[in-house]
Amino acid sequence: MGNINKWLKTNTFHHSSFSDVASIVEEKQKQKLKVSLCIPTLNEEATIGKEIIILKSELMNLQPLLDEIVVIDSGSEDNTTEIAASFGADVYLSKDILPELGEKKGKGENLWKAIYQLEGDIIVYIDADIKNIHPRFVYGLVAPLIFNPTIKYVKAFYDRPLAFSQGIRPSGGGRVTEILIRPLFSLFFPELTAIIQPLSGEYAVRREVLEKIPFPIGYGVETSHLIDVFSLYGLEAFAQTDLDKRVHRNQDTRSLGKMAFRILQTFLFRMGRVGIIDKIPKMTNILRQFQAHDNYFEEVLFEINEEERPPMLKVPQYRKKRKLPQRKKSTEK
Amino acid sequence: MYDSVKDILKDLPRFHNELLELNEILLANLIMIGEIPAPTFEEEQRIEFLKNRFAESGLLSTSSDETGNALGILHGEKGDRNILVVAHTDTVFPATVDHTLSIQIDRVTGPSVGDNSLGCAVLATLPKIIEALKLPIYSNLIFMGSSRSLGRGNLEGLRFFLSNFKDPIVAGLCIEGVELGRLSYTSLGMLRGEITCQVPEAYDWTRFGAVGAIVTLNEVINKILEIPLPRRPRTTIVLGAIHGGTSFNTIATHASLRFEIRSEAEGMAKNIGVEIEDIVASVSSHTGAEIKVEKIAERRPGGIPFNHPLAKNARAILNELNIKPRISPSTSELSAFIDKNIPALTVGITNGEHLNEQNEAVKIEPISIGIAQLLGLLLIIDRGFNGEH
Repeated sequence: MGNINKWLKTNTFHHSSFSDVASIVEEKQKQKLKVSLCIPTLNEEATIGKEIIILKSELMNLQPLLDEIVVIDSGSEDNTTEIAASFGADVYLSKDILPELGEKKGKGENLWKAIYQLEGDIIVYIDADIKNIHPRFVYGLVAPLIFNPTIKYVKAFYDRPLAFSQGIRPSGGGRVTEILIRPLFSLFFPELTAIIQPLSGEYAVRREVLEKIPFPIGYGVETSHLIDVFSLYGLEAFAQTDLDKRVHRNQDTRSLGKMAFRILQTFLFRMGRVGIIDKIPKMTNILRQFQAHDNYFEEVLFEINEEERPPMLKVPQYRKKRKLPQRKKSTEK
Repeated sequence: MYDSVKDILKDLPRFHNELLELNEILLANLIMIGEIPAPTFEEEQRIEFLKNRFAESGLLSTSSDETGNALGILHGEKGDRNILVVAHTDTVFPATVDHTLSIQIDRVTGPSVGDNSLGCAVLATLPKIIEALKLPIYSNLIFMGSSRSLGRGNLEGLRFFLSNFKDPIVAGLCIEGVELGRLSYTSLGMLRGEITCQVPEAYDWTRFGAVGAIVTLNEVINKILEIPLPRRPRTTIVLGAIHGGTSFNTIATHASLRFEIRSEAEGMAKNIGVEIEDIVASVSSHTGAEIKVEKIAERRPGGIPFNHPLAKNARAILNELNIKPRISPSTSELSAFIDKNIPALTVGITNGEHLNEQNEAVKIEPISIGIAQLLGLLLIIDRGFNGEH
């Protein structure tokens, strides 16, 4: 798909292209845009203070790129909300926003309520467990929206090779992405495979898009966003920025299983909604993965034919060898 | 404004209050600097960060020199004198240690946060602080993140700068993250060295006394401990680290000992160093092991006297801020100033714990008091209340 490689060239950025934060702020002010940062939390006391201090100091006090920093908490039992408030974030409990609509537990719920609570024309979401927080996590995602009006949704990815002797190296996402999402997208939404890390929790989106799409309340939210925004606007509405390295907690395989389950629920539900669950289309046999070639990314196509063999009882040679009566031709289908 | 020391002391509460507003910038700098590993001789990334911060704050001549110091100058209103404000950038932790810092309501925790990431963060933020508090500074302030300070670095960065900077420096201020209230204006005489004991691989283990490097080094240690030390002037020998051997049942072929001799008396550390060399030669001759002493760093004692106006005013500032001064001699950056006969002080910024351990921590609340103290001292030197006039 030439479209994917073209998109990879024009809509894939590296955060270093946007390190002149003053120029982003200037353009933001010219367009009279408001930018809000939303950090959804649940028991993140180890890292939340650091995220707020760094982003508030660098992107509110020194350069006014952000107009507000808001923490939306799902009911932490540790000191997350106290720490966040003490370092100057606006802190809300998810259940206190739109209380008449009830309370649902999950990250997606907080992201959805942020649209109601926050003021920004652009909302940046970042996860609260980033250990190596740096202003690039925000400006790298906001800048493409500010400089390019056709871009509506900017997703983070992380690719920092320490040393590679050859020019080509494999690239891509984590285990759930490579084992579940990419094969699913390859089969049903091949263009979306261009998003190198579809599950990354850091993205910046225009309000006009966020208010039009539904939000699964749990881990399915990122996958559903990609499918829904793609259905509404096509691949051109997306961009992605390489933010180098992200250090965070590693999840155990059991948690990844739960994540995969929720994602599958969301995915199949969407398949149903677009009317392909009952009549699965002819499936492609191309798996799309990624590699980085020096400084640019390209897709690698693998033709995979998972052919099937019939039950051995249906094989005449086998029946003959085992001295079984030969089946009639009509039943061998 | 600031016609006397009293005027400066009177303004300290204002500094403290306004500094609270700037805490976020300082803490952000602390985290960004603290998460860059900087073992001695590998400080480049920290130096780069500091240089960028200096440039962003509008300092002039931001650069690094050939030993890797980060430098920037804030030109004073008169610009006829130069004050050097320095924080060492290197730390005791290798790059392989996880340098992630964590921040809680009252403290920041992680390797090197106190020694000396906080000192570097204060240095990085100081130009912004001076601007925000609208402090009229007459002298040129030279901000310096010094390289190659600790251990084998032996203050190489600062010494290089002081030997090669063309204009006179009237005074130096050294910033250490901890401990608030520490005040050092004298340096101890010091000699730091490493003894290595090597037994050849083809050693004849059948001969009498074939006991390996550890036991031989132990003999050296016993003899060092027999060296008589005077109570006055105060003199000590610190045996800091010992390494040797590889397993339970193999006789060690290599062992080493790191030591430091400290003394208030001129020449004392050197004399004890000669005695240690004699001990090593004697043990080496009768055991057949190859034992060497390597001198790693040396300082001569000195500094400004207790009643020097700079020392007196520094104590007055701490008293005004209700901090009990803890006066102790230092073997750090101060020594390089003393060697050049430049009056200098080392001050601490906040209280900390677990210094030089991976769970090192600094308290957030006292930081603004520590910086208020630093600003007071800067103004005292800037206005010449440090005994120059």
